[in-house]
Amino acid sequence: MAVLLMAEVTDGELALDATAKAVNAAAALGEVTLLACGARAAAAAEAAAKIDGVAKVLCAEDAIYGHRLAEPTAALIVSLAGDYSHIAAPATTDAKNIMPRVAALLDVMVISDVQEIVDADTFVRPIYAGNAIQTVKSADPTKVLTIRTAGYDAAGTGGSAPVENIAAAGDPGLSSWVEDSVVASDRPELTSAKIVVSGGRGLASKENFALIEKVADKLGAATGASRAAVDSGYAPNDWQVGQTGKVVAPELYIAVGISGAIQHLAGMKDSKVIVAINKDEEAPIFQVADYGLVGDLFDVLPELEAKL
Amino acid sequence: MKVLVPVKRVIDYNVKVRVKADSTGVDLANVKMSMNPFDEIAVEEAIRLKEKGVASEIVAVSIGVEKAQETLRTALAMGADRAILIVAADTVDTDIEPLAVAKLLKGVIDAEAPGLVLMGKQAIDNDMNATGQMLAALTGWAQGTFASKLAIEGDKAKVTREVDGGLQTIEVAMPAIITVDLRLNEPRYASLPNIMKAKKKPLDKKTPADYGVDVTPRLAVVKVDEPPARKAGVRVGSVDELIDKLKNEAGVI
Ligand SMILES: Cc1cc2nc3c(=O)[nH]c(=O)nc-3n(C[C@H](O)[C@H](O)[C@H](O)COP(=O)(O)OP(=O)(O)OC[C@H]3O[C@@H](n4cnc5c(N)ncnc54)[C@H](O)[C@@H]3O)c2cc1C
Ligand SMILES: Nc1ncnc2c1ncn2[C@@H]1O[C@H](COP(=O)(O)O)[C@@H](O)[C@H]1O
Repeated sequence: MAVLLMAEVTDGELALDATAKAVNAAAALGEVTLLACGARAAAAAEAAAKIDGVAKVLCAEDAIYGHRLAEPTAALIVSLAGDYSHIAAPATTDAKNIMPRVAALLDVMVISDVQEIVDADTFVRPIYAGNAIQTVKSADPTKVLTIRTAGYDAAGTGGSAPVENIAAAGDPGLSSWVEDSVVASDRPELTSAKIVVSGGRGLASKENFALIEKVADKLGAATGASRAAVDSGYAPNDWQVGQTGKVVAPELYIAVGISGAIQHLAGMKDSKVIVAINKDEEAPIFQVADYGLVGDLFDVLPELEAKL
Repeated sequence: MKVLVPVKRVIDYNVKVRVKADSTGVDLANVKMSMNPFDEIAVEEAIRLKEKGVASEIVAVSIGVEKAQETLRTALAMGADRAILIVAADTVDTDIEPLAVAKLLKGVIDAEAPGLVLMGKQAIDNDMNATGQMLAALTGWAQGTFASKLAIEGDKAKVTREVDGGLQTIEVAMPAIITVDLRLNEPRYASLPNIMKAKKKPLDKKTPADYGVDVTPRLAVVKVDEPPARKAGVRVGSVDELIDKLKNEAGVI
């Protein structure tokens, strides 16, 4: 049994947390080979080689992998597929874009958002926004999966696996990158942060989201948002937590002015401790909160910030 | 340009999902079913392209039980021109997998030769987020997934995608498969006259055999469980009490 695991590389940099968690999960399936690809990938490959439990790192550095467009990246993975029983990646938007394409090219089903690996063929994943948990057994010769890393601990970084440079596979030339719109932030990354402070429609404006940011900065936390807050333009799209946003499982999740729709809960209900701050004592968010504070967020947040 | 829009009939997003006692699946008997919310957005986008004169005809396709007709009628009432129903399941409990759906859609594409496929990024029942990407693989076409903005410019489409880091804009060659995200548009409601008119629009019925596709699942569902329940905790009376609990009881700050 051998696993090809796509390392999460963005602009030449390894997302260590997501990759190391996925390595830990994939180790249950067999020897793990990491694939680092990008326009710049050498440094990421070196960093990935240090993750405990990695047998080998394949480094594919080529301009065609620069923005991890689905068509060339899937073609690369398919060209390597023959050596592996499992092809996996942390369930990021890049992987969700690429892995189903890989699976279809191999004529196998993709298994998305695996949260638990039972054995080499059997996987557990949420369905219906996490309202049901499905266990599936794959009959395919190669298993292609994306792994929800939130529930796994990261593998350590004491290793020194060999790095092998590999040539690019062909570029189908179907798509090209135009631009990224990314807001740089000094705050921790949402999916790996220990504490997340999220705001909902209750914040009522983009300006008021500063209240969330101030509390987050006091706690060294990442910031999140409900879909309603993002749709209303109060927060950027990459803050969205939920069924169609990011899945987080921090030590502490503070939901402010968020009602607790199932689609939001899908992204945060595995957090260790949940705090809800809402002026409506009937809000469903209180049903999953360890600590609920009924109150007006415009009073609570400034007080919280002052007292932390 | 002809636009193909695959639409799936799923449990309505407002319905509280219940897992069956025998752990074989989710209870779909007598629950409200609707068009997958993402697919409504895809239909809306196709209609807007037609209103702009970019699209000439909109063909809605659904794969599933006979009753998926209702979902197709909704698409027709919104503004699709005609519909194709591929009856591939006898009961709502049989979910056709993305790989099989993609193969059937490939068959439809071979027959219809659309210039663009607009579809949802994810079905809210199985949450796979896979069919569009798989269809792109089978057709060898470009894919523009998780679109929150779309502009057709000649034989190219400019797609702004919602990704983990923010937004990414790419250009894809047409014909292409575009999967839509929630912020692309706000779908319209069908008016009563349009609902009446939709009843007369053509709806073709097909079977997987017509496309030579085997829909046998690759993934056997071993069981479906309730998620572990979270206990509701305690109410705190003040910010001071909250900070105290987080520090001294939970030890998380
Ligand atoms: C297919 C689909 C996918 C979706 N995916 C997601 C997703 O990924 N993530 C997501 O979050 N949602 C998602 N949604 C949307 C979801 O159904 C809800 O609409 C959304 O989560 C509501 O956001 P909210 O709680 O901020 O807003 P609301 O439901 O409007 O709640 C606002 C809350 O703020 C409280 N409030 C108002 N003012 C104050 C105040 N001054 N002080 C304290 N409290 C106050 C109110 O009591 C209320 O509880 C999805 C929906 C669909 C159909
Ligand atoms: N049975 C189906 N019939 C029609 N379209 C479907 C079907 N299954 C999936 N799709 C389309 O594929 C998208 C993604 O579904 P999925 O990959 O299952 O999450 C949906 O939003 C639909 O547009």
